[in-house]
Amino acid sequence: MNHLVIAPLLLPLLAGTILLLLRSYDTPVRRGLSVLATFALVGISLALLLHVAEHGGQVYRLGNWAAPFGIVLVADRLAVTMVLITSVLAACVVLYAVRGSDHAGRYFHILFQMQLFGLNGAFLTGDLFNLFVFFEILLIASYGLLLHGGGRKRTRAGLHYVVLNLIGSTLFLFAVGALYGVLGTLNMADLAQRLSAVPAEDLGVVRAAGLLLFGVFALKAALAPLHLWLPGAYGHTSAPVAAMFAIMTKVGAYAILRVHSLMFGPDAGPVAGLLDPWLLPLALLTVVAGTFGILASQRLAEQAAYLVIVSAGTLLTAFGLGGADAFAAGLYYLAHSTFAAAALFLLAGVLSHARGTTGDRLVAGPALPRGQLLGGLFLLIALAASGMPPLSGFIGKWLILQASLREPNMAWVLGVLLVSSLLGIMALARSGSRLFLKIDENAVAPIPARVGDLAAPAALAIAGIAMVVYAGPVYEFAQATAAQLIQPGGYLAAVLQPATGGIAQ
Amino acid sequence: MEALIAIVIGVLTASGVYLSLRGRTFPMVLGLTLMSYAVNLFLFVMGRLAIGTPPIVREGASYADPLPQALVLTAIVISFGMTAFVVILALRARAELGNDHVDGEEYPR
Repeated sequence: MNHLVIAPLLLPLLAGTILLLLRSYDTPVRRGLSVLATFALVGISLALLLHVAEHGGQVYRLGNWAAPFGIVLVADRLAVTMVLITSVLAACVVLYAVRGSDHAGRYFHILFQMQLFGLNGAFLTGDLFNLFVFFEILLIASYGLLLHGGGRKRTRAGLHYVVLNLIGSTLFLFAVGALYGVLGTLNMADLAQRLSAVPAEDLGVVRAAGLLLFGVFALKAALAPLHLWLPGAYGHTSAPVAAMFAIMTKVGAYAILRVHSLMFGPDAGPVAGLLDPWLLPLALLTVVAGTFGILASQRLAEQAAYLVIVSAGTLLTAFGLGGADAFAAGLYYLAHSTFAAAALFLLAGVLSHARGTTGDRLVAGPALPRGQLLGGLFLLIALAASGMPPLSGFIGKWLILQASLREPNMAWVLGVLLVSSLLGIMALARSGSRLFLKIDENAVAPIPARVGDLAAPAALAIAGIAMVVYAGPVYEFAQATAAQLIQPGGYLAAVLQPATGGIAQ
Repeated sequence: MEALIAIVIGVLTASGVYLSLRGRTFPMVLGLTLMSYAVNLFLFVMGRLAIGTPPIVREGASYADPLPQALVLTAIVISFGMTAFVVILALRARAELGNDHVDGEEYPR
């Protein structure tokens, strides 16, 4: 066993615990520790990714108990990719947070590290009940982060978010209980094997449980019609928290992809393709609903929140299309859309501060000092987010559209995604012109933006550009990941037969 | 016995759903609590109902499935913590928004 697999869980847990003990210490000490731990996490994730790319996926048996009786962590390509995306995002976000926005409350860094612990655990676990537990860890950390700083609108949006997620957790437990009652296991690989031989009289319960699981993950992924909580929650929280939450909808998308490919894949016998009739239509509906939201937004952070919904819809469109090409395209788009949305949230935070009482409302404001720098960065991020060439959004969308060409639903996918992209470009162009070009002479004096605040959104934009420059290797890795998902045999063998060693390439 | 348990879980869930759809935070919290009770019972009986059998494997003796008991213990702890959190949040919302409506504003009747 390679202990590197559990390091992305232990490091944030340890850092969070130490930060809790150090909470009476000076701010620089706590900030330094949080930044150090987050950057170390990037290093560990990268090492894990390179290891998995070279030696195949790793299975970590906690306490050395054999699956399906013991709990396993499974670091296959998909899991380590998600962990790396999370840690890169977290490193940029923590750099922004230590510039001052972590001061609104006392526990920002503790909650932040616990959130990372929950996220990494959710990606790496190979057990359905542990997925529930890690969901709860990341959710309770996210409740604290969402409400960080307080305020009327934030509290109201937070109440809705917490209650919806509590109901989601209850439904998750019902699904887990029903699956255990019928199949007698909760290990995902073991579940997948037993599902293919489920007796006919239990089929109804299993299908109901599977769709209940899908409903819960759809709530996390903000799939229409369960997306209505997202704009309020993301649009009213502080900039670094909203940026970190860019990965939260991807946790739902990841869970859908994992369950869809592993448990309800083509080999699953009577339950094969359980999600197929739902995933693609709902994903396209999400894109449409999010696009209306982008057009109607009154504030930049709200617009970024609707962009998150559109990207969740686009991502699940790719997953719903099925097939190796579509999965690979979706994984590329997943990384891109996380970075682009987070960059836009952080920039909205900088602009909101710089424009004084005008905030990030999309109305004429004061002429901004360093306007060219801010505007240039906005242009870069908006181009990436809306999917214009030559940035990463264009490549991601192009790959998804190309994967859809062989599908019978091609016309719907092309039509919805292309019209949504056009409307998105228009809305972002209008926002840019209102924020930077329209000047209200009577507006309050602007507060000069600090260049250091722009480092984090710029770093995320650069990550997007790097995904264009290295599009070849990144897409090759995504293709290998998709191939592993299409052929879950290697995953099943590695988890259930310890002698196999790693997951075959 | 099975039918009775199933009816109990059904009634708890239905009451929980009804209450959690109410407009004020207190009935909503009660509803969430009832739903978590229902799901805890549901998880527990997923190991099948057995009387007089300990959850310990012994030679020759029948035993109850211990895993649902471990699962339900975890679920109880988590739902207890979450309920405490949502009660505090509801109190804070009451203080900040000036009323106990979930949307933070009273609607005309």
